[in-house]
Amino acid sequence: MTDQTPHAVVTEPLKAEARNFNFYYGNHHALKNINLPVAERRVTALIGPSGCGKSTLLRSFNRMHDLYPGNRYGGEIRLYPDDVNLVSAEVDPIEIRMRISMVFQKPNPFPKSIFDNVAYGLMVRGERRRSVLEEKVEEALRGAALWDEVKDRLDDLAFNLSGGQQQRLCIARALAADPELILFDEPTSALDPIATASIEELVTEIRDKVTILIVTHNMQQAARISDYTAFMYLGELVEFGRTDELFVRPRKKQTEDYITGRFG
Amino acid sequence: MVKTDLSRLRAVIAKNRRWDLIFGGIGLLATMLGVVVLTVLFVDLVIDGWSRLRPDFFLNFPSRHPERAGILSAWVGSALVMLVTALTAVPLGVAAAVYLEEYAPKHWITELIEVNVSNLAAVPSIIYGLLALGLFVYLLGLGHSILTAGLTLALLILPIIIVATREALRAIPVSIREAAYALGATRWQVVSNHLIPYASGGIYTGVIIGMARAVGETAPIITIGALTFIAFLPPAPFTGDPPAGPFDWLFSPFTVLPIQMFNWLSRPQAAFHVNAAATGIVIIVATLVMNGIAIWLRARVRRNLKW
Repeated sequence: MTDQTPHAVVTEPLKAEARNFNFYYGNHHALKNINLPVAERRVTALIGPSGCGKSTLLRSFNRMHDLYPGNRYGGEIRLYPDDVNLVSAEVDPIEIRMRISMVFQKPNPFPKSIFDNVAYGLMVRGERRRSVLEEKVEEALRGAALWDEVKDRLDDLAFNLSGGQQQRLCIARALAADPELILFDEPTSALDPIATASIEELVTEIRDKVTILIVTHNMQQAARISDYTAFMYLGELVEFGRTDELFVRPRKKQTEDYITGRFG
Repeated sequence: MVKTDLSRLRAVIAKNRRWDLIFGGIGLLATMLGVVVLTVLFVDLVIDGWSRLRPDFFLNFPSRHPERAGILSAWVGSALVMLVTALTAVPLGVAAAVYLEEYAPKHWITELIEVNVSNLAAVPSIIYGLLALGLFVYLLGLGHSILTAGLTLALLILPIIIVATREALRAIPVSIREAAYALGATRWQVVSNHLIPYASGGIYTGVIIGMARAVGETAPIITIGALTFIAFLPPAPFTGDPPAGPFDWLFSPFTVLPIQMFNWLSRPQAAFHVNAAATGIVIIVATLVMNGIAIWLRARVRRNLKW
């Protein structure tokens, strides 16, 4: 089989793409010339062993690295339809974070009420009208399959929810601001199997509305929920393909070794 | 074979455990020593001063007659000085801490400032008094006033508030900051909507512990020239003839509780020493109440935080 470039695999419209993206933690070259297409309204999974750079790449998409000194990056991550290079210095990271939401590894609700957690993204955008907030919060909680469980206790502290509920709350918080792309950074690694299943189901539900880029340690999870998968190793994107093909017929030896459990 | 080994093992354990007991004893003694001495001191004060703790003690001005002398001007002075101290030290201290923790780039200059702030907490209070005498009284011409005293004590407790606020900010996990930033919050939105509210327990504690220290401070207040005998109150806004301005009280001469106590202690008559003991009780109770409030507030804020 011939070697296909990542971009040749995707024939659908793109929401975003990394082009020759490089990243350095101080002197450590953490991402090497990454080319990654992210198809619109699809789930793209990043897999690979610990330290391969998948979280670093994910966090580049909403400029989280700008919060810490000593990080450098070069190359492009283009966001469509307006074709803006979101990692360029002229682009405001705040604007990018308003368009691209993120769900983290460990549920990290604010120590505020359930309502205030979900509404925070709207508050940041200056929305103060109670009726609008209520409507959007309900919509987001329904979208995150949490509404029925919390509708009678929206003023309760978010910490009183279970781990799985907290993570769905964080997804609702990300959804409430109508993002174009949501980044998931190993969203189920701190959850039990039942909560994991509900998050996975949720991801496949919301993909009709929003593009998803997800980092996962769990290959079965990538196989279950993603449309495209990228395998990364030591800072390089080794192989990219349609999920159904990559897991069945990996083209590279490293990919095959990883998905068959020979290392990782 | 097994049996001999076991008995040896038990002997070793018994020996090890003896040290446990010995240290337990020493530790208890050390702890009790502090508590007992403080309790004895307080009880002694109460025995000496209790008879004077009547309403008129709080409502009378100082006097040549010990049985008629009271602490009205002193406690009003202390309260007003504390008000000025809190209103200046809290915003300055919190702002400095937030800046150092969340805004300042981390390099050697900020490190130097950090070391300095921590060391400021250890500077003897009389040094602050001298600084204030030069700066507030002479250079800025604020006089021997409530304002000068309040600002001096504010400088004194600023490091306490800064250190407490920074520690409270540092206790907030990075994941909470990232959650807010990821929603497009600016630094100020993260600080004002999240960090300060979540750190408020620690901030209150720092403020109140600082205030509890300030209320008992004597040396810097004497240095800036507080009077020891004051038989009038600062002018309340819009009273008197001609009516006082809203801020005239800031420039009034004053005295505070520890100075009043010091003054009475230095008199030869035993009856004044009773007054001094009664004032001591008031200061200690005020301090204890403030510390109690700090503990209560911290517990209350912590209830809502889980990290």
